[in-house]
Parts: sequence; structure tokens; C-alpha cells
Amino acid sequence: MVRIAHNQGVRMSHPLRSAAAITGLGMTPMGRVFGKSATEFAADAIRLALADAGLNKAEVDGLLINAGVSQGISLGLQNYVGLDNLRLLNHMNAAGSTAAQMVQYATLAIAAGMAKHVVCVFADAPLTQGSSAGAAYGMRANAPARPQGMVGLYTAAGYFGANTPYALAARRHMALYGTTQDHLGAIAVAQRRWAVMNPVAQMRQPMTMVDYHASRWIIEPLHLLDCCLVSNGAVAVVVSPADVARDMPQPPVYIWGMGQGHPGDSNRAGSDWETETGARFAARTAFAMAGIGPADVDVCELYDCYTYTVLVTLEDYGFCPKGEGGPFVADGRLGPGGSLPTNTGGGELSAYYMWGMTPLSEAIIQARGAGGARQVAKHDVILCTGNGGNLSYHACLILSPHAS
Amino acid sequence: MSQETRIPKPIPQPDGPSQPFFDAGLTGKLLLMKCTACGAVRLPSRRHCDRCLSTDLEWVPASGRGAVRTFGVMHQRYHPGFNDDIPYNVTIVELEEGPRLPTNLVGISNDQIRVGMPVVVDWERHDDVALPKFRPA
Repeated sequence: MVRIAHNQGVRMSHPLRSAAAITGLGMTPMGRVFGKSATEFAADAIRLALADAGLNKAEVDGLLINAGVSQGISLGLQNYVGLDNLRLLNHMNAAGSTAAQMVQYATLAIAAGMAKHVVCVFADAPLTQGSSAGAAYGMRANAPARPQGMVGLYTAAGYFGANTPYALAARRHMALYGTTQDHLGAIAVAQRRWAVMNPVAQMRQPMTMVDYHASRWIIEPLHLLDCCLVSNGAVAVVVSPADVARDMPQPPVYIWGMGQGHPGDSNRAGSDWETETGARFAARTAFAMAGIGPADVDVCELYDCYTYTVLVTLEDYGFCPKGEGGPFVADGRLGPGGSLPTNTGGGELSAYYMWGMTPLSEAIIQARGAGGARQVAKHDVILCTGNGGNLSYHACLILSPHAS
Repeated sequence: MSQETRIPKPIPQPDGPSQPFFDAGLTGKLLLMKCTACGAVRLPSRRHCDRCLSTDLEWVPASGRGAVRTFGVMHQRYHPGFNDDIPYNVTIVELEEGPRLPTNLVGISNDQIRVGMPVVVDWERHDDVALPKFRPA
């Protein structure tokens, strides 16, 4: 039983703290896996998650769906899988923050008595055989010859893809705080050290800082090895009431806290979107609900579309003061044997890119103690985050194998 | 490849809210939208003020001066119209009045660009629009 100083004494704990738990996890083969549509991947992940949770299909009464970039799944997934007993159904989209959000809304619905066993699923199949990962994410931008209005100024400046805003954000951080290329590289190297130990990671060959610096530029200051992978596949999780979870086959992963933060327009006058994200608001809400602070977190599973996303997220959750993320990560703290194990499966950079399901799936594996060679010994409190847009959308979960 | 490089860069098509901005650009003037209710100054991308939701907006001239807020140097091929420019800078200029413009710096090599450096507008003329590029002030 974990002991948390903040939560002792007379203070009442939050009514939704440990109201629900994650009871099932299903992961299909992920990466350059061909021959299935996103819908077929999703059905596979749901089947695996239900088997993991020891549930039969008729017991599922909630389904939350998140389609990836290929938009290959929709509400029709209900009928494809044959779920005819639903009391909760939605197709959700808040970009990379959706996975954490699905678990949040599942928790709320369970607490409200609206549903009992809620399946949350993400599936994507942007890769086709023989095409590059870049092509899958619109690298060969099909911009119209005359894009409409002010948005056309972005296209006219050659501002393309997600790579551009994240490079701009990283550059601003570097200029304000002295963050270096080595600091970003330290994140990529630490995560690869974890991926080497993850049998389902796409990138398992060891990588050094020399390799990092030698990887080609995408848009300075981002190298190829600062950017996430692109993957086909699906992940599904089951959320159940905590009192029911105790009698299910897997060790329950309790939801202690949850929060969101969405700062909006990234280019508005006065915005510091590059260096201060919605994670600050999500952190406040989630830590208050869980009754803990950042010092109580044992393991971080942070959305890592880019190395920089990890750095700014660590700052915004208060693991270090604003601007000190570079020196904070430089000593290998995030890697195996470090004091803050982070993205312990290799993350989106080195393992697989299932949007917010990447950090969520690894958080569940670590909370269950099922991480094999990469299992972190102390895993009582796990922070799991999701981020989307241009650092625009953020949601998080604080998870634990302990109910209290 | 040679056929690809003949595809031109995408040039903005003025729309309702932005037409006066692009019209003024053809005469070398940088216009911004100001909310007469709350005073917020914005790029003209909507028909209301995103601070107070007033629809009472007026056009005000900008100085054309600003500073580099942030920038990147693009190496990735996305659109064939940019292939000959790679590596090119993508820059966000923060105008003295507050709004921020996506643009490219001209008259400077990429390795000389610094966050915070003062810049001034330098219009790039096309057939029916002019684009606000910037050069070191």
C-alpha cells in the first residue's frame, strides 16, 4: 500500500479518486503492419482487451472511439464489432489528448451510473506498403494553389505539417532558456534505451548521442530522431468500476486523478504557447484530485510527438522550474536507472505511435508490474499525459496499482 | 524533378475578412484589425474580436516593424514549390502592435537569424497579392 503524505490526516479525498480502474488492455501488432484496415485493427484490439479483462462482449455497455490521422474508424465500429448493449457511445476527437480523455469520460460515466464496462479504442492505418512515413502524414502537402485568406500566409511561408510548430516552439525555448540540441538529444537517447528492452518497439537498435546528431534535419532544431514514428495498429482499454475491478483477472489500475488544459490559438498576441502549455492546468486539476504532487510520481508516461514535448511537459507538471527542463533531462534521469523513469516503453519516438494510447498502454503495463526487462521497481504513482495540436490540447491521468 | 520544380508556391487568395489586408499590401501598407470595443489588435482572420466577441472592428495601420519571435530552418520537402529554397527559414514575426505573422526573412542567411532580432516588412509582390516578408531592420 502506497503512503502519500499529502493525502493523510483529516482531508477528505476526492469522490472520484479511485472510483474507476482500467481492467483490460488490448494491443495489436503495431508499426509497419499491413493487410488490415483501421476498423479491423480496432476490432482486434477490442477482442484482445476483453480477453485480457475476462469480459464477454455482452458485458460491454460503453464504447468510446478515437480515429487516428487516417480517420479509418467511426461510430460504425459498434456494428462491426457487434456491440448491441451500449448505454454510452461516442466518437471523440481532441487530437493526441483523446486517449486520456476517453478514460476520463468513461470514469465520469461509470461514477454517474451510466455505464459499467467502457471500452476506449484508438486505431490507425496511415501506412501503406512501399510508402514513407512522411507521405502518410502529408509530407507531400497537397496545398491548394490559392489557400483562402490569412491561413494562406502559413502555406506561402512554407509552414507545413506538425513538424513546423514544434520546431518553432523548441527554438523559442532554446532562445529564452539556453536549452540545447544535446538536451533534446538526451530525451531521444534515454527513450531508445527503454525501447531496446521493449519487444514490441519499432526501434530496438541502440542509439547514441552521436547517432542523434547525425540524423538528418527535418526542420531545425528538430532532427529526424526528435520526431515520433508513424504506425499502423490499434490499442483498446477497458474501464470498469473500482469495486468490480477488484474481482477481475488483471491487477486493477486505479484512476487517482485526471485533468485537462486547452490554451487555444497558438498565435494570438500575448500567448506563450511555445513554452507554457495546457499541461499546467491539467496538472493542477489532476494533482488536486489525486491528493499528490509531482514529487510523489514514480514513473512518467508523457506524450512525446517530439522530444521537445517531453521537455516542456516535465516543466509544466512542476518536475523542475520553468526553463530548466534541459539541464533536468541532461543527466539521463529519464532513462533506465534514472531517478524519473519516463516513457519506459520507448514512447512514440522509439516504440509505436498510437497517439495518446502510447503513453496510456505503457502506463498500464508498468502499473501492473508487467514490464518485463524494462519494469520500473517502484511504480506506485504513474503520470500519463496526452497532447495534441500545436501544444494546443492536453489531458492527463494519474494512475496507480493501489486503490488508496 | 524538373517538372516538380515548375509548380509554383501556393499564394493566398484574399477572402472576406482579409481582403482589405491584401489590398493594402499591394500599396505597401500593413493593416491590422482593431476592436473598437476593447482595443485588441489582431490579424484579420475573423469577423469578430476574439477577445470580447464584438463585431465592431476598424482597420489600423501597423508600423511594419517587429521582432523575430521564433524561427525554424526547413530541410524537409513538402511542397514542390519550395524545393529550390531548401533549406529555407520559417519565421514568426511579432509586430510592434502585438499580432504575429508567419513569414520568411529575406536578405539574411539562415545561420544569422536570432530570436528577438528587429525586422521590418519587405513586401513580395505577386500578380494580385503582396506577401509580407521581413528583412533585418
